[in-house]
Amino acid sequence: MAQSGQGYKGSDDYIASKPLMEIVNVTIALGKPLVIKGEPGTGKTLLAHSISRALNKKLFIWNVKSTTKARDGLYVYDTIQRLNDARFKDKDISDIRQYIKLGKLGQAFMADEKVVLLIDEIDKADVEFPNDLLNELDEMSFHIPELDEEVTAKHRPVVIITSNSEKELPDAFLRRCIFHYIEFPDEEMMERIVKVHYPDIEMKLVREAIKRFYWIRGVDGLRKKPSTSELLDWIKALALGGVNVEKISAEIPFLGTLLKNELDTGRFVRLSSAQGGGIFKRR
Amino acid sequence: MFTDFFYLLRQKGVPVTVTEWVSFMEALHGGYFQSNLNHLYYIGRAFLVKSEAYYDMFDLAFQEYFGGIKTEPLELERVMDWLENPLNRLPKLSPEEMAEFQKKLEEFRKEHDMDELMRQFRERLKEQKERHDGGGKWIGTGGVSPFGAYGYHPGGIRVGGESWMQSAAKVAGERRFRNYRNDLILDVRQTKMALKKLRELKREGAQEELDIPETVDKTAKEGGEIELVFNRSRENTVRLILLMDTGGSMLPYTELCERLFSAASQMEHFKEFRYYFFHNCIYQDVYEDIGNYKRVPTEKLFSQFHKGYKVVLVGDARMAYSELFDINGCIDYFYTNDRPAIEWLIRIKEHFPHSVWLNPTHSNFWGHYTVDTVGKIFPMFELTIDGLKDAIKTLTSKAKPAMVA
Ligand SMILES: Nc1ncnc2c1ncn2[C@@H]1O[C@H](COP(=O)(O)OP(=O)(O)OP(=O)(O)O)[C@@H](O)[C@H]1O
Ligand SMILES: [Mg+2]
Repeated sequence: MAQSGQGYKGSDDYIASKPLMEIVNVTIALGKPLVIKGEPGTGKTLLAHSISRALNKKLFIWNVKSTTKARDGLYVYDTIQRLNDARFKDKDISDIRQYIKLGKLGQAFMADEKVVLLIDEIDKADVEFPNDLLNELDEMSFHIPELDEEVTAKHRPVVIITSNSEKELPDAFLRRCIFHYIEFPDEEMMERIVKVHYPDIEMKLVREAIKRFYWIRGVDGLRKKPSTSELLDWIKALALGGVNVEKISAEIPFLGTLLKNELDTGRFVRLSSAQGGGIFKRR
Repeated sequence: MFTDFFYLLRQKGVPVTVTEWVSFMEALHGGYFQSNLNHLYYIGRAFLVKSEAYYDMFDLAFQEYFGGIKTEPLELERVMDWLENPLNRLPKLSPEEMAEFQKKLEEFRKEHDMDELMRQFRERLKEQKERHDGGGKWIGTGGVSPFGAYGYHPGGIRVGGESWMQSAAKVAGERRFRNYRNDLILDVRQTKMALKKLRELKREGAQEELDIPETVDKTAKEGGEIELVFNRSRENTVRLILLMDTGGSMLPYTELCERLFSAASQMEHFKEFRYYFFHNCIYQDVYEDIGNYKRVPTEKLFSQFHKGYKVVLVGDARMAYSELFDINGCIDYFYTNDRPAIEWLIRIKEHFPHSVWLNPTHSNFWGHYTVDTVGKIFPMFELTIDGLKDAIKTLTSKAKPAMVA
């Protein structure tokens, strides 16, 4: 595992391409947020985990959902609790502080050391969401009017933001970030990724499976192309099932782990039998 | 420095802004770049290009600008050429942008001792050239990864399609991101993304958002007995009507139109979505089906739908003069029209102030009499992702009256 002094070079469970490593390092050095885009399963979420492990920094994860508001990441003022407490004489409600709960961004700012903050799937939220975070991410500080206090990052966190591009992110937001699109790994890189997950599985099987995998991904008109996670599941199933390597190319066992959509399975089976392929089992 | 690369990027269509360019410059001067082209390619791209849709344009610009360089590290002389290049060869930037750019550049010069920076950069380059390791001055010793020689494999191993040993200009030359360009493709998902911007939020949803000020108010009035007040959540109130041309000249664009149509109909995002078809131009009837069998009087659009509906018309707007301007000008032999099509178009625009025209043909081919005329009635946009975005911007802004009366 890499030492913090030398910058980020991937971790023992994550294969980062060289360009990605370099970009992460510039990001860390400059303290700018890094926006990562890419197909599902290309390791966007895992990147933040990997940086946190490799550089031995604490990780804060803010999972964004369609209902998430920018404010949730800063702090929540639990007025209802306070209102409730107000009915009972035994509680002191004059101290608002006890009703202010910091969100993930707030926690990352308050941390005593440099941490990694993952804002995962930012595109799930409302289109305006990123704009509501412009200042906070730029200046790494925000104001809590209820306390009239400023929360300022003690150490600029390493901010990794992932997006599946379900919505496009606003220009003003992107201008302040560094951006990288993770390309789908090629076969060589995929082999290395598989190896970090299953160092013990026979190489011959891995190679054959990968070859088939890319072939299936190349089939026209699939609704959902299998991704890295599906490949990993499939290889595991093949290994556990003790499948003979020759059989992989001949009949693609456990096709269901790769293609999860019925229509895709149907389409694939039809196409390959039309091409004179072998017999495919769906499970 | 590299200033003309900035212009070249813009010329190729990368919407790089002055802000981004300045932070790129700062990083460059701050020593965060290694002096090899690969670094410049990937890190530069990360600073200057914020969507994979523009990666291809970046590749083109990079190739044009740095293409002559085959060896690494950089050839000192050429780099120095770029460094010393002043603001010459200025392609189009608006005067405001130009002014801003000059200003930023001045500020930058004030803050940084340019001569010193240049000297340092030169030094670093020289050092790199001598060391010949392609390694970094600032991060460790040149990227020897825990996985051994990966990335520096003598054969030039490709890392995840993102090659490092290959010269960056060559990588740029492969143009792997061609298919991500916005002006070329319009797939269903992208279209949906663009359509998502078509919205107006109003409080019409279920009562589920807690209204805090009201709650406090009510509670105080009730003497401390808690009274929770909820608001309706906000919902998209956009109602959309799509009118699509199924005429013969539209045939090459069938697939494109289908994508737009299927994206719009898959969206559960609009309050209401209606669609009708027409053949070449709109007369007293539109149709519910592509085959143009099920007639609906155009008049009905006006009686059934109020002016708040947004209307998107799709067609090439290219037809014979008579089809647009004449009574009985309709191309269909069995169809007669006692009012010329142009009157119907103007009525549509008048009734639905929020309406636009999407044209699947390239704007280079719009210099045609009927296309011009239709374009004066409805704001016209190309049926590309970029065009669609502009169209949606127009739909959601204040409506302008038709220019032809
Ligand atoms: N570079 C990599 N190194 C190691 N494992 C990887 C790599 N890329 C992907 N994987 C594997 O693929 C799985 C999916 O990765 P991850 O969840 O980070 O993808 P993602 O890009 O965030 O996908 P999504 O868009 O669906 O959120 C990981 O759990 C991991 O097993
Ligand atoms: Mg993820």
